[in-house]
Amino acid sequence: MKKFLWKRAVASAISLICLIILVFFLSRLTGDPTDLFLPETATQEARDNYRRVHGLDQPLVSQFFRYVTDLVQLNFGESVRRAEPAIDPVLRGFAWTLQLATVTMALVTLAAITLGSLAAFHVGGFFDRVATFFSLMGASAPDFWIAIIAIVVFSVGLGWLPTSGTGSVWHWIMPVAVLFIRPFGLILQVVRGSMITALNSAYVKTARAKGVENRPIIFVHALRNALLPVITVIGDQTAAILNGAVIVETIFGFPGVGKLMIDSILQRDFNVILAAIMVTAFAIFILNIMIDLLYAVLDPRIRY
Amino acid sequence: MEMAEQKTAIVADAPHPVAQTLRMLWRDKFALAAAVFLLIVLLSALFGPALLEGVATKTNLRGRNAPPFDFSQPWYLWLGGDALGRPLLARIIVAAQNTMAVAVGAVLCSLAIGTTLGMIAGYTSRMASQVIMRLADVIMSFPSLLLAVIVLYMLPPSVFNLIIVLAITRIPVYLRTSRAEVLEVRERMFVQAAKVMGASSGRIIFRHLLPVILPTLVTIATLDFALVVLVESALSFLGIGIQPPEITWGLMVSQGRAYLTTAWWLSFWPGLAIILTTLSLNLLANWLRTALDPVQRWRLEIAVKKNG
Repeated sequence: MKKFLWKRAVASAISLICLIILVFFLSRLTGDPTDLFLPETATQEARDNYRRVHGLDQPLVSQFFRYVTDLVQLNFGESVRRAEPAIDPVLRGFAWTLQLATVTMALVTLAAITLGSLAAFHVGGFFDRVATFFSLMGASAPDFWIAIIAIVVFSVGLGWLPTSGTGSVWHWIMPVAVLFIRPFGLILQVVRGSMITALNSAYVKTARAKGVENRPIIFVHALRNALLPVITVIGDQTAAILNGAVIVETIFGFPGVGKLMIDSILQRDFNVILAAIMVTAFAIFILNIMIDLLYAVLDPRIRY
Repeated sequence: MEMAEQKTAIVADAPHPVAQTLRMLWRDKFALAAAVFLLIVLLSALFGPALLEGVATKTNLRGRNAPPFDFSQPWYLWLGGDALGRPLLARIIVAAQNTMAVAVGAVLCSLAIGTTLGMIAGYTSRMASQVIMRLADVIMSFPSLLLAVIVLYMLPPSVFNLIIVLAITRIPVYLRTSRAEVLEVRERMFVQAAKVMGASSGRIIFRHLLPVILPTLVTIATLDFALVVLVESALSFLGIGIQPPEITWGLMVSQGRAYLTTAWWLSFWPGLAIILTTLSLNLLANWLRTALDPVQRWRLEIAVKKNG
């Protein structure tokens, strides 16, 4: 177990380091932030001063080393746009995105397990057709388009839901619904597949032979074993929302970390971009470890 | 002598593989509709710009946001006009080229590179395998949409850069699949036999391993194609994919966003084009999975016989 965790940590650390290097150099390659932050009429003196204060007059490599030393001390620097430490808006945004991901994935898990089990119970039956339809939609629907159409119908047309913001429960309905589609279709398929395997297994046949009714067979006997592969997919999809809710957050004006990242890229706010990527990557790392541990708890045969 | 005659008779009876495939496709009406639609998209992508470039770019300020379904107009205005009065249907047909170019390019690149690396990892030394697999882990752990967003802000967004970025994020899928398949297939008897008979590594890989693992990869590629179309549209929608005056479907959706309340059709039609394309690809991938799998194919073949 310990050895496994170590291996996992080292692998993640390598990816993290690659990510830092890539993002830092790519973002510095694109141009001098001085031009962006000072007015065009700024004097050369003001420009030099700005460069010196933010360390932009140093060679790129020494800027990078300075950045890494700061990073090791968990110092992400100041946001150039917001006059606050770069980590602050990131943590605020991340809290929002985390809530969004948790709510969505809780609903997805519940719905997918229910419908997936029902679909597996009668292969080719009504629920199976419904499940196939949703999986197909999940894999085919462009989320930005669905989001726009939802706004046209429910906000502009019917006036039921607000278009953007986070004020009330109503604000959450559309972002959650749009984020729901893709993971729902995917997890549904996994649940269905592994439930079919579980329902064909010897212990389910035994239970059936002993006269156990359908409901306990599905939800007690089969589901427990069928859930193992599902957990991995749930983990992957949660990670996907944590770093991929960019579009939904942008369209619905949701103050999450994805929107913050897009805004910061547009404004060339390097420190915020890097802090956001670090926080997200770290969160996904923790999430993956949790999934692995959960796996080990649920399946006593797995010993890393 | 009799035996030989019988043999030729059987061979003559078996239909040509292409005919057989078409017959299987005919049987599955969903897959057939998907294939036909994709063919139309493909033809639009190939010939659309050459034929309709003039029509699609001609502005007509009197026809700004012209509503759809006005059948007294020429056919290319049946889906309405955009904010500059350009006919939407013609623009959708022209935009198919960029959308398809990016998707085809990205899928082919990732398929070729991923498969090559995967086979190297699966068939050569442990060391190479380790390096390649760690590389895949690194790519996998990057948030792919985010990576694309970052890179495209840094590099000028062009069809080529878009293809590169999307291809890189999709490589691990093919890499892992082909490696896993190679690890399994290389232990089979026919590979062992070829090896004993002195076949070179290249021959074994291209003549014996590749044909076995290709069907799986083709199915994945079809699914991936749909995914890439979606990501490309999303990037164009965010304004960091293809830039105007070039057009893609995602960009058209994004341009129509400003007129949502007054002219819904500006965003609706290109979005519909995206969803129909991805839907068709998914349906076709489902069909391919069965059709290309020798163990599963009888399901479709028996259906054919029952029908004919």
